[in-house]
Amino acid sequence: MASLKEVRNRIVSVTSTQQITKAMKMVAAAKLRRAQDNILRMRPYAQRLNSILANLSQGAGAEVTGDYGVQREVRRVLIIAITSDRGLAGAFNSNVFKGVNQLIQERYQAQAAAGNVSFMAIGRKAHDYYGRRGALVGNYTQVFSQLSFDTVRVAAEQAMEGFRNGEYDQVVIVYNEFKNVATQIIRAEQLLPILPAEAPANATTSNVDYIFEPSKEEIVQSLIPTSLKVQLYKAVLESNASEHGARMTAMDKATDNAGELLKSLKLTYNRTRQAAITTEILEIVGGAEALAAGK
Amino acid sequence: MRLEIITPDRQVFAGEVSSAIFPGADGQFEVLNNHAPLISALQAGEVRVTSAAGRESFQVTGGVVEVLRNNVVVLAESVLA
Repeated sequence: MASLKEVRNRIVSVTSTQQITKAMKMVAAAKLRRAQDNILRMRPYAQRLNSILANLSQGAGAEVTGDYGVQREVRRVLIIAITSDRGLAGAFNSNVFKGVNQLIQERYQAQAAAGNVSFMAIGRKAHDYYGRRGALVGNYTQVFSQLSFDTVRVAAEQAMEGFRNGEYDQVVIVYNEFKNVATQIIRAEQLLPILPAEAPANATTSNVDYIFEPSKEEIVQSLIPTSLKVQLYKAVLESNASEHGARMTAMDKATDNAGELLKSLKLTYNRTRQAAITTEILEIVGGAEALAAGK
Repeated sequence: MRLEIITPDRQVFAGEVSSAIFPGADGQFEVLNNHAPLISALQAGEVRVTSAAGRESFQVTGGVVEVLRNNVVVLAESVLA
């Protein structure tokens, strides 16, 4: 059995680990709130943008998606993997890598075999992971340290540029969607080419006679890049909220586990202490008896 | 009329204004009360707002503006106040 001192040392170290995990959980909770606020702030913009786009494409007839709607034979693929900068968030990051691998298995096996799958990593974990595999495009490790539309926009522009040049024939985002604090869903969302918009839900866009300046088509053309950037931004924000949710749950579990461990350690400690006392008493009694027998 | 200027990050401005001047893709234009429904692309430039509280101006980097029933919404990619 471990000595009293060893057990006591372990109790001290587990207690301080528990304090750390508890603090991390609370920090994650605070950051989660902020991340959710960010999503809420972005939502009105996205809704307005979509309603204007729906309004515009209503009468436009043919698809006016321009350069970004071109369906080409898929030879080269860009996968945008969104992870976090830091670990200790449970399976959060490995789920992204798993999702990417599954996506490649299902849809891009031939392209991967030919070495035509590139990765854009948002978040340091993905950067490290795909950096080792050597097919990395761009460097977006600072996105989460100063999260704003402007930093994400740069990444989106690079992907869009690559698509326009024919560098990539398809661009897919893989990220954790925020369902609730405890649940994240891995999503693979096609960014480019633009998928034909699903029929607007019963087109509540009414028949207002708008004046268009300059023309419908030109406005759509100028709005589509924006809406693509917003789509990526949304994915980044969702992933950010998911990250803090995942970390919160992971740290909550870790705190619980540390508690369990402490309980069993305390039990061992008390048993060892009891055993030591018993031995001591036995020794005293034995000594006294030996003295009595010697008289 | 009511004016809102929003970016993906935040709401930059919301409130009652009496007039607003926009950097339209085809040139500057002004929107007053009871303007006809309008959707216009914006180029980079200045949005100038006149309200009861005085004048304000915002640098936008392009975007779009929608005018409908005295509600004016500016969607800008980014705004410098």
